[in-house]
Amino acid sequence: MNMSDIYTSAVPLYAVLVSLAAVPLIILSAKRQNLREFWTIAAGVVKFILVLTLLPGALENRVATVRLFEITPNIQLALKADAVGVFFAIVASGLWILTSIYSIGYMRGLGEHKQTRYFSYFAVCLSSTIGIAFAANLVTFILFYEILTIATYPLVIHKETKEAIYAGRKYLAYTLTGGVFLIAAAAWTYQLNGNLDFVPGGLLQGLALTAGTAVPLFFLFIAGVGVKASIMPLHSWLPTAMAAPTPVSALLHAVAVVKAGVFGIIRVSMFIFGPDIMVQFGLNRILIVFAVITILVGSLLALKQDNLKKRLAYSTIAHLSYIVLGVGIMSSTALIGSLLHIAFHATMKITLFFCAGAIYVHLHKENISELDGIGKTMPWTLGAFTVASIGLAGIPPVNGFISKWYLGAGAADSGQFLLIVVLVVSGILNVAYFSPIVHRSFFRKGQEQETQKEAKPAMVIPLVLTACLSLVFGLFPNLFFSFFRLAAQAVTGIFGGPLP
Amino acid sequence: MIQNNAPALVPLIFLFAGIIIPLAALKLRSSAYFIALGATLASTIVSISNVIFVLDSGPVRYFFGGWPPPIGIEYVLDPLSAFLTAVINGITLIVLIHAGKIVEKEIQEHRRVPYYALVMLFLCGCNGIILTGDFFNLYVFLEISSLALYGMVAVGDKKAPISAFRYLIMGTVGGGFYLLGVGFLYVHTGSLNMADIKEILPVLGTNPVVIVALSLMVLGFGIKMALFPLHGWLPDAYTHAPSASSSIMAPIGVKIGAYGILRILLFVFGIKFVTQVFPIAQILTWFSAAGIIYGSIMAISQDEMKRMLAYSSISQIGYIGLGIGLANPYGIIGAVLHILNHGLMKACLFLVAGNFRMKLGHSNIKNFNDTLRKKMPWTTAAFAAGALAMVGIPPTVGFFSKWYLALGTIENKSWILLAVILLSSLLNAVYFFRIIEKIYFRSPSSKQEEKEHQSRKGTEVAASMLIPTLVLAGALFIFGLLNTIIVKGVLMKVLPPGM
Amino acid sequence: MLDFFAGHYAYWFILVLLVIGLYGMIFKKNLVKKIIGMSIFQVAIILFFVASASKWNATVPILEHGIQGEALVQYINPLPHTLMLTAIVVGVAINGVAFALIIRIYRRYRTLDENTLLRNMKDDTE
Repeated sequence: MNMSDIYTSAVPLYAVLVSLAAVPLIILSAKRQNLREFWTIAAGVVKFILVLTLLPGALENRVATVRLFEITPNIQLALKADAVGVFFAIVASGLWILTSIYSIGYMRGLGEHKQTRYFSYFAVCLSSTIGIAFAANLVTFILFYEILTIATYPLVIHKETKEAIYAGRKYLAYTLTGGVFLIAAAAWTYQLNGNLDFVPGGLLQGLALTAGTAVPLFFLFIAGVGVKASIMPLHSWLPTAMAAPTPVSALLHAVAVVKAGVFGIIRVSMFIFGPDIMVQFGLNRILIVFAVITILVGSLLALKQDNLKKRLAYSTIAHLSYIVLGVGIMSSTALIGSLLHIAFHATMKITLFFCAGAIYVHLHKENISELDGIGKTMPWTLGAFTVASIGLAGIPPVNGFISKWYLGAGAADSGQFLLIVVLVVSGILNVAYFSPIVHRSFFRKGQEQETQKEAKPAMVIPLVLTACLSLVFGLFPNLFFSFFRLAAQAVTGIFGGPLP
Repeated sequence: MIQNNAPALVPLIFLFAGIIIPLAALKLRSSAYFIALGATLASTIVSISNVIFVLDSGPVRYFFGGWPPPIGIEYVLDPLSAFLTAVINGITLIVLIHAGKIVEKEIQEHRRVPYYALVMLFLCGCNGIILTGDFFNLYVFLEISSLALYGMVAVGDKKAPISAFRYLIMGTVGGGFYLLGVGFLYVHTGSLNMADIKEILPVLGTNPVVIVALSLMVLGFGIKMALFPLHGWLPDAYTHAPSASSSIMAPIGVKIGAYGILRILLFVFGIKFVTQVFPIAQILTWFSAAGIIYGSIMAISQDEMKRMLAYSSISQIGYIGLGIGLANPYGIIGAVLHILNHGLMKACLFLVAGNFRMKLGHSNIKNFNDTLRKKMPWTTAAFAAGALAMVGIPPTVGFFSKWYLALGTIENKSWILLAVILLSSLLNAVYFFRIIEKIYFRSPSSKQEEKEHQSRKGTEVAASMLIPTLVLAGALFIFGLLNTIIVKGVLMKVLPPGM
Repeated sequence: MLDFFAGHYAYWFILVLLVIGLYGMIFKKNLVKKIIGMSIFQVAIILFFVASASKWNATVPILEHGIQGEALVQYINPLPHTLMLTAIVVGVAINGVAFALIIRIYRRYRTLDENTLLRNMKDDTE
């Protein structure tokens, strides 16, 4: 086992706090829109830079750690920027900048109300997401996890229509219940061990667990983090939460919130239980079963959605379980695939949501059956959409291919060939539910609306950028942020073996 | 040395304030409020310094009139009593600062002076109950605080005297049962001193008389703490009492009963007796668990905010009873910490209800909408903070109560109780988010309603009301983050010997 | 068995009083009767203490100098009696408050019957 080199640094704390610090500034400049949005963007850029400064250390297995104070006996409120954490933080904070620019276009384009509230809670959400990424132990994790739950609520309910309020209730009911299970699981773990630190390779390793403890404990954990990861049957809040404004769906319901759940599954499986215990009690098989069901059923349900955002939501549900599946396979290759899919699914899905939002703002269309011929009106948007959907289906040269390849290779390594079939089937289903959209928009004739051209640049530029990112990462996964090396580093820490 | 006399000092301050207030008011009516405030401030300072002193140099025993126990009455300042007096005096101080304005609105002028005298007597009783080391003396203080409380309830709205009368009947039954229990205990042991009885009981062994005595005392305190199903008096009393009274009673009133049960079960009779010889601890736990669920469910269907908070109190008092009944270190830490935490939360929420009544003239949930947030942004923010704490979102205090109690249930392997604690936080979410939804996201439904809200003048409440509310709201987060200091510094020393 | 009952007859009497008191407090509909029940309840408790300290052929507890040991049994334990003086005072205070409350209730609702009261309360919305 290679020991990581720990050094004290407050940078992870600053990275968490910077967007929180922006909240009062945003509220104070409520009357001056441009200044207000400047604070959001500034916080986003600073946050991203702070996270990036942690990258070199994480790549060399040097972990920046900050311990604040004891939050419950023997447990510190502590942050650490290990490879997995930095990986997730880069994805979330990087995409926040783009989402912020997009949000400006979207919110102003629609003339939405209460924009100050929107931008403030968005900032709080990002703080807690980075907190989740850098949490050094379960209590810190739960702290940020629950704050994220609460901070997302005003965003889900933003439109204040009946539908939105219903979505908000459903969202809270699911996520708070999940949080409660997580707290129970954490308390139980604390009673077993007196410690809740995230240890690569497993905190509980070496503890004489019985199946009677390990299995129920694992189920509690999965019920806790699985809600946000929207594993079936805990998924149904996600399609409902699409009542939120599209940037919220894009960043939170495709990247931050749901990935926080998946990230929680990685933390629990690899850092609390550890691969040995997972395999010993067959816990990974539980994950695999749930993941396979979710992938197949999610994709099938996506097929029958006419609402574009709902289709994307079901697609998200299926793709989140790709990541869970990679964790369940318990091989280093598959875990690399999982981690890469966190980043790559994020760039692709955010593109798709951005496109859906652009179409809604520009043409006020949200159903797939209305999209005939809009490719001519909005070529850039629909172009980006096509790129991203190719990626999600796992077709090269877009980045979705790479993560899926590693998942498949991992499954093959451990001899679980059936899972490869699942991946292939799901790829076909992806094609099945994305191709009608592309087909309709480019090859069918709609009502001629030559006068209307592309949506606002504030919306089109981010979505083209994310589409480009998807392409670039598909060709050079180590470019910019060394995603591949980072994932490999993280996996080495967990499995202890040499790099694959 | 002042510290050697410290145990008696706090109740005496309140007793003298209670006497001086009517006298001083003959000269100057407005002095009543300030004397009350000064007395509370003084005793808060004394009781906080007592905590520091006790932690430094161990418990203090004060013999009244110089007569040593078991003949004389003794007052004991140990970590538990020092901590709890500090909690109740500190919280009351903040509530009293808030009370000045709302008492002027809700209570007629000629009743204000006696009102403040009653508040002082109530506090004298509460502090006395906690500090005394003598069972009969405890009964006297219990009745002093209850009698004062009946009066404090009765000056409320038009239905208040009926609520107060019902409370009086129930309270007297509770006090009577307790006294009868003391009688049995005295007949059996020949002593009224807690420390003395603690020594004698193991020598005498198990006896039906002891069990009857214990049951009667717990029953008596169970009524005083509104333990399910003995809670019947509480919702009406809280709802119809004036806002100032309910914000004093809710955070600390019922806690006195909880303290009594804690002291008797775990400190006098001992853990072994109450769990193995006569499993009253388990019985307490299950009734508390039932109360947690019952209170939460009832709270969901209430339309009046104070009434909802009252049912919520029944549920929260169950947390404390449950923690005591678990009879393990985490359970007790959770219970005592929850006495503080729930005090802060409920005080904050009742002050918010008071602010609403001050400005709107009602606190009817049905009529809430987002004009409330626009007019009273700080009060509604304090409400949101209190609600999050009640739901148990970290880093608020509510989360940590839940956390320690959950640890306690797991230690006893009581999975059903764990489920009850966690389920209740979800039920809390239902009834608090119902209000948050209204305050933050519901536009006035009709033109008329909108007009009605527009027409009301004024925005936020006065600073003397707003600042205490916000201080409490802030405390919910600060005490949450710093809970380890309290747990490690104080509560671990509170545990009964042998833990 | 009979000895047990006969030997404790005072306590059985007190128990009956206690139950009568509780019955009055809970089931009687008239508020004054409730207070009467409460008084009976309190008196029962006071009698319990007093009875517990009663002793045949004993004398008042004024200790003469030099008496020790066996001879001490000749005296009655004074503590329960003195305690009950306090309890009586408490009881009087409670009764006073209770009467004050029902006077206020009567002034407003013109009745002391609980059923009528409940009906009147419903009409009396603020």
